[in-house]
Parts: sequence; C-alpha cells; structure tokens
Amino acid sequence: MKLLEINNIKKTFDDLEVLKDISISVEEGEVVSILGPSGSGKSTLLRCATMLETMDSGTMKYGGEYVVKDVDGKSVYASKREMKHFLHYFGLVFQNFNLFPHYTVLKNVIDAPIHTQKRDKAEVIERATHMLERMGLGDKLDYYPCQLSGGQQQRVAITRALAMKPKILFFDEPTSALDPELTGEILKVLRALAKRKMTMVIVTHEIEFARGVSDRVIFMDDGYIIEQGKPEDVIDNPENERVRAFLNKLSS
Amino acid sequence: MPLYEFGDIMKNIKKPSKNKGIIAIAVMATLLVPSLMTACGVSAEASDGFGWFFNVIVQLSDGMLASLELFALTLLFSMPLGLLICFARRSRFKIVELIAKFYISIMRGTPLMLQLLVVYFGPYFVFKVPLSTEYRFYAAIIGFSLNYAAYFAEIYRAGIEAVPGGQYEAAKVLGYTRRQTFMKIVFPQMVRHILPPVTNEVITLVKDTSLAFAIAFVEMFTLAKQISASESNIMPLFVAGLFYYIFNLVVSFVMGQIEKKMNYYSA
Ligand SMILES: Nc1ncnc2c1ncn2[C@@H]1O[C@H](COP(=O)(O)OP(=O)(O)OP(=O)(O)O)[C@@H](O)[C@H]1O
Ligand SMILES: [Mg+2]
Repeated sequence: MKLLEINNIKKTFDDLEVLKDISISVEEGEVVSILGPSGSGKSTLLRCATMLETMDSGTMKYGGEYVVKDVDGKSVYASKREMKHFLHYFGLVFQNFNLFPHYTVLKNVIDAPIHTQKRDKAEVIERATHMLERMGLGDKLDYYPCQLSGGQQQRVAITRALAMKPKILFFDEPTSALDPELTGEILKVLRALAKRKMTMVIVTHEIEFARGVSDRVIFMDDGYIIEQGKPEDVIDNPENERVRAFLNKLSS
Repeated sequence: MPLYEFGDIMKNIKKPSKNKGIIAIAVMATLLVPSLMTACGVSAEASDGFGWFFNVIVQLSDGMLASLELFALTLLFSMPLGLLICFARRSRFKIVELIAKFYISIMRGTPLMLQLLVVYFGPYFVFKVPLSTEYRFYAAIIGFSLNYAAYFAEIYRAGIEAVPGGQYEAAKVLGYTRRQTFMKIVFPQMVRHILPPVTNEVITLVKDTSLAFAIAFVEMFTLAKQISASESNIMPLFVAGLFYYIFNLVVSFVMGQIEKKMNYYSA
C-alpha cells in the first residue's frame, strides 16, 4: 500500500524555483534515502511533505487520501479539520533536534501524544518509558535536553516522533549536526527501525548508510529527481553524470 | 485656571489616610530595621538620635505605603497589558500592528512625567471633570501602567522572537495548535529570556514612582521633600534614598531567585 504519494510538486520561493517537477511515492515498510547536492531542494521537499511549507502546484496523498488536490494547476489543501487528521500520519526528525529545552526527556516524548492526540496518559507514559529504555536513555528520563550529548538528544527526538505512532517517519539529515562517533549511534537506531519495517524517508549525506539501509535511493539535483532506484544501481552504477560526479566528490 | 490649581495642589498636600495594609507596614519595618540601626549610629550626635530618626520613619511610612502600592498595582496592570500590546504589535493585521507601534513610540518617546500630567489633567481639560484627590491615585496608576506596558510589550516581543523557529516547527509537526504552541512551548521560554530586562524595568519603576509627585500624589518622595523642607534637614531625603535602595535590593534578590529557579534548563 502506498503511504505517501506526491505528484508533480512545484515550489517557488520569491523568484527561486526550488522544486521543479517532483513525483515520489513511498510504500508501506519502505526505506527511501534522498541524496543530492546542497541547495537541490531536499529539505524543501520534506518540508512540503510535512506541511511546514505549502506547495504551489501538484498533489499529495497520505494513505490514499488527498491532502492536497490540484485545481486548475494550483495546489488546494484540505480543510483545517482534515489536516489535523493527516498530521498524525507522519513524524519528522530535524537536523538540529528541536527538542523543547524546558521539558525533561520524558515530557518531550509524552506531551504531544497526551495533549494533541488525547491518548491515555498512563499508556503513553508506559510506552514512552519503554521506548526510551530501548534507546538506551532509561536513566535520563528526568534530564533536560541541555544535559545530553547531541546523539542522546537526537535519540530523544526520534523517540518523540515515534511516540506519536506515525505511519511514516521523515528525517532531514539526522546526523549532520553530530560528531562521527555520535553519527554512528544514530545510524544504528535508524537501522534498527528499518529492520522493524518502519516506513522512513531519510535525507542524508551518509552514502554507506544509505546503501546499507535503503530499499530505494533518490538522487535530487536542482529541483528535479535525476535518478532513482535500488541503492546498488544508483550508488554503485549511476547512469547520470552529475550523480557520478557528486558521489566521487563525497568518496574522495 | 488649571495651572494655578496645579500649583495649589503642590502646596496643599493632604496627608493620606493611615488605614493601609498592616502587612505592608510590617514588611517595610523589618526591611528598614537593620539600616535604621546603622544609620542611627552615624547620625546620633547630629540630632537627638534614634527617637528623631524613628520619627522620620513614622512620618514617611504613609509615603512608603503609597509608593509600594503604586509599585505593586503598576506591575499588576502593566505586565498583562504589555502582553496584549505585544500581541497587537505582532498582529497579522497591519492596522493593529501600526496602532501598537504608534502607541509604543509615543509612550517611549515622551517623558513619563508629561504622561502623568496628561492622564491627570486630561479629563479636566477635555470633559471638565472636576479634579479630585482620589483621582490622583488612579491617575498615577493609569499613567504608570500605560507607560510601563509599552516597555514590557517590547521586552516580551524580543523574548518571543528569541524563541527559535525550529520550536514552532517541531510543535506544528507534533500537532500542537497555535494556542498550545504559545502556552506550552513559546511562553515558558519567553519568560526565561525576558527576566533580566524585566528586572531592569522593575528596578526603574521603584525609582520612577517618585515621579508621581508631578500630580501631587503623596508617595514616599513627596513626603520626604516636604518634611525635609519644613524641618530644614537633609535627613528625610537621605532616608527616602535608603528606602528606594533597600526596596531595590529586595527586588534584585527576588528577581535573582526567580532567575535561578528558571535556570533549571539552558537554552
Ligand atoms: N524559506 C525560504 N525562503 C527562500 N529560499 C529558500 C527557503 N528555503 C529554502 N530556500 C532556498 O531553496 C533552495 C533549496 O533549499 P533546501 O534547503 O531545500 O536545499 P537542500 O537540498 O536541503 O540543501 P542542504 O543539503 O544544504 O540542506 C536553496 O537555494 C535555499 O536557499
Ligand atoms: Mg537541507
């Protein structure tokens, strides 16, 4: 089943056309990595998918339901009430975590499920505690984010996103703000999630990781998808010259 | 003959009533006792010592209460009002934003003393409402509150803008409504950001209460000046200064404690 389906999305900032004509769909249980040079529009694509940014034209469906329809070449969003329902469909993990600094680790994780999803408090706390333990943060429940390492903070952020029970989880360069050692610990978490068939879309510059974990790799350049397919095809035998150049530069 | 009347008011300062809160007296008394002791030691030979000094305190106590009252009520009204003005200043509607901007620029760009005079004499000039003694008190509180609200609004605004955009984005993705985002995420972080500038404002307010003499509202400073003039002695003014100083020590201490409390996390 297709969890996410975006068709012909276009997005312009002022005069700058950032997304030119992008279509992407994500199957349930699929792990998709998005690669591409800086400024190619990867973050913008994720931000449109997570509704932090509105698209100019194109359509978007979550779980087969229209979030954004196309009316005469213009994107038209679902009503505010319907949007609320779609908000619980996905989660987003940021490059710089964006944890709430005035909340403890536990409160960061449980506050939204309790207050925006109105779920049972006891159930949420129990599940969150369990998840944090599995993340190796069992002894940090009462810590504040500033008392944690970057890797620990990112693990809290991932747990916070997972606590919402999203069907699909987006990551925008989840390791870019981390040291190499800390990067490793986050990639490990992502691999574990992939193994448990969590549907994920990951923007990353970690080529080896992308090759190992992804079912599909998408390469973006200048607002277009210029190549996509199995990791061994896109990463090891890219057809497109620019993909090859980019990968060479990264590995050198 | 408003100007004549203004001068008249200045001359005939009426003693305010004595039935003010006992708690406030107790607070001020405990506040002043240590400084009293030392001050008495110094001035013992200059006048007749403790008795005289105590007498000054008693004479000034009504003024102290009035100042305290003015201070507390101004904070009580100006802080929430400042938040409203801050919202208006950040409004999506251009007109609302412009009105708030204009209000703030007037309040910050003209002397507080002038504003007090306008609030006090305005109703008389415009509506021919007769001036009354009670209205002095209200005028002082209205004038101070309107003025300080403008400053607080700008402090709040800076505090809100110091909250990183990523906080709003995280909140949005987690499904928080705009209202929840403000109440749960933005406001607590804003409070932390604004504590130091708010402390500054509060300290300034302690001293600014003395400006209420402009509309002949009998607060601490007005009384001290009066007694000082009638007894040809600088000491009452010195005691007044001591009052403001100790008052501000307390303010700094309290705000410092609050800041410490808020430091449970660092941003
Ligand atoms: N809010 C915005 N307003 C104006 N321009 C923007 C905005 N957001 C992004 N852009 C521009 O859009 C282009 C694509 O940005 P985007 O962040 O999507 O790239 P990216 O592929 O994520 O790059 P990176 O790898 O550096 O994160 C850039 O040129 C950027 O300057
Ligand atoms: Mg990016």
